[in-house]
Amino acid sequence: MSVIFVLIGFSSFVAIMFLAAYIWAVKTGQYDDNYTPSIRILFDSEVKKESSKSNS
Amino acid sequence: MNVEKFNYDNQIVKLFLIATVVWGIVGLLVGVLIATQLYIPELNFGLSFTTFGRLRPLHTNAAIFAFVGNAIYTGVYYSLQRIAKARMFSDVLSKINFWGWQLIIVLAAVTLLGGFSTGKEYAELEWPIDILIAVVWVVFGINMIGTLIKRREKHIYVAAWFYISTFVTVAVLHIGNSIEIPVSFLKSYPVYAGIQDALVQWWYGHNAVAFFLTTPFLGLMYYFLPKAANRPIFSYKLSILHFWTLIFIYIWAGPHHLLYSAVPNWAQSLGTVFSIMLWMPSWGGMLNGLLTLRGAWDRVRDNPVLKFFVIGVTAYGMSTFEGPMLSLKSVNALAHFTDWIPAHVHVGTLGWNGFMTFGMLYWLVPKMWKTELYSKKLANVHFWIGTLGIVVWVIPMWWAGITQALMWKEFTPLGLLKYSNFLETVLQIVPMYIIRSLGGLLYLTGLLIAAYNIFKTMAQGSFEANEAAEAAPRGSITEKLKYGMIHRYLESKTLLFTALAFLAILLGGLVEIIPTYLVKSNVPTIASVRPYTPLELEGRDLYIKEACNSCHSQLVRPFRSEVERYGEYSKAGEFVYDHPFLWGSKRTGPDLHRIGGKYSNMWHYLHMENPRSMSPGSLMPPYPWLIENQLDLSSLKSKISAMRTIGVPYEEGYEEIAEAELNEQAQKIAADLLDSGILIDSDKEIIALIAYLQRLGTDIKIDVAENK
Repeated sequence: MSVIFVLIGFSSFVAIMFLAAYIWAVKTGQYDDNYTPSIRILFDSEVKKESSKSNS
Repeated sequence: MNVEKFNYDNQIVKLFLIATVVWGIVGLLVGVLIATQLYIPELNFGLSFTTFGRLRPLHTNAAIFAFVGNAIYTGVYYSLQRIAKARMFSDVLSKINFWGWQLIIVLAAVTLLGGFSTGKEYAELEWPIDILIAVVWVVFGINMIGTLIKRREKHIYVAAWFYISTFVTVAVLHIGNSIEIPVSFLKSYPVYAGIQDALVQWWYGHNAVAFFLTTPFLGLMYYFLPKAANRPIFSYKLSILHFWTLIFIYIWAGPHHLLYSAVPNWAQSLGTVFSIMLWMPSWGGMLNGLLTLRGAWDRVRDNPVLKFFVIGVTAYGMSTFEGPMLSLKSVNALAHFTDWIPAHVHVGTLGWNGFMTFGMLYWLVPKMWKTELYSKKLANVHFWIGTLGIVVWVIPMWWAGITQALMWKEFTPLGLLKYSNFLETVLQIVPMYIIRSLGGLLYLTGLLIAAYNIFKTMAQGSFEANEAAEAAPRGSITEKLKYGMIHRYLESKTLLFTALAFLAILLGGLVEIIPTYLVKSNVPTIASVRPYTPLELEGRDLYIKEACNSCHSQLVRPFRSEVERYGEYSKAGEFVYDHPFLWGSKRTGPDLHRIGGKYSNMWHYLHMENPRSMSPGSLMPPYPWLIENQLDLSSLKSKISAMRTIGVPYEEGYEEIAEAELNEQAQKIAADLLDSGILIDSDKEIIALIAYLQRLGTDIKIDVAENK
């Protein structure tokens, strides 16, 4: 049964990682704008017309 | 405005995409074969390699890690570059990721067919492959996080959050569950034993579902569903909320796989409570997906991609409702060990993972090959045949599960089991097995149609390995990597920094925890429970090799119906020397925990040779090679000393006399068989397996006898 403490440890650790990531996400403004990101991904960044082999 | 020109790596996406289709066909083909073996045992072909026990882990591993795994990589490698507006961090790492993963799959197939297995569900692969998986997975993680670090878009779109959580958590789970002590090149024992191993295994197993089959696919949903519908996700806020709640809660729900087991009640309750809480974030994801199509359902009518997505997301919603429901103890008492569980799993895999993958493929291939889909009609045929396949797979298994569970639990008015012969309850559901395999066949047919359609689309289009793109550079952050400035650089790269810190803490934690763990174990011990004899230990390894635990549980739950049928319910202290635990998760055959002493050695011999000779109509495959093969004792010594290292109290120097003791016990069994008229050498594998089976669950019988 002692493994439950290891698991709680690991699990809390993962949870704390996610909490830290959450704080980081909020602080760096990942969630400042809750609308445009969902629109932005709809636009392609690929170059449309030119045949692109010369670009790199 | 300053615009940077760069290329997206489409070549790597193409490779993963083709691998997805190929391994999908392989995985489903094996699935259909094993489904058919359940009612035509002759299809085991009397060969060890093609017997159900060997093929079943091959099917699950191929479906999860080969088919779904490659689908994840396909989607991530395509979408991550677009989300980040940057090429993958390193082409070399991308290639290592691809070829490394395919190598793992091939090694997995070969070793699983050869019977090299740890005996832990969805983690059957042996230690050298485990290490390879860890390395390739970390390569994937570095490549992903590296790409995010050099991204041009300041904002990390929600899909990538799901990808990151996938990487982090799967790494922790895989390493945590795979801590094992090697005894030879392809054999190891987990350091955990009994209920501890059970807790770790289902902490892993449950979260493999969560972070391999769920979070990456939610990420894919958040990218490909809006792209295919050309509409933004219903609510970006909801996506944030459900992401954080989902990943936090999922981790804790593992013990719901162990309800009514020998695991302490409070751990079981913990699992149940978190499982019920999981319902809400799961449905947050489902609703966000479905509501994205609000006002655009006319597009669903015309667009096969969206059709697949709609069924996929709906299946996700159904199985994430079913999961919490099955975690209720009263429901679990009925459903556990029955075919209801595979039904639940297949709603998720066939519906959610399969259909999301198909939708993604049908969208990606025309896009990357710059053409139209070869045949929309064939895609629609695939959609209907696949949907029908799921229905025909799942409904009979729900039916079979409930039917059989009710039969297991039914008593006559006199208080006797109504169906005391287990086989009777199996034969009752054979028609369901037949229908189920047809469902699988339909689903496989759909995939074959898809493969043809995809191939034709590729052939008519033109593929560009490096697709030109342009985007504005990301603002402000311009710290360059220079000698002497590495930490300064790291400080500006938060994600990389986090990842490194995470690795550091993880290593420290492992080093601190594991030794204390190895030294002392506080599992409640029962005085009469002794370690396995060398012969029983070898027999147990054969039990693992043939994956008997695929179909037989070793856990009598504390219900009247089970105690009546099998004997005294299982206690935690009985499993302290079980590395690994072998409780199983499905009773295709009866429980074996109290099998010891129930039948004669002769019965077991004849039964393994041909199960139908002892149980007419049995679905169990014959194991004739156990009678022919000589027991391999080459690693007996290292097995004993490895077991001692992980806490089994074999005396110092016991390995020196182990072989002599083994031979002595084997000769007794051979002599007993000879008395029954069976002439067999004592050095055959069957002798060891009989020794193990006769030992099972008997320690506690001695206890009862002595106390009386």
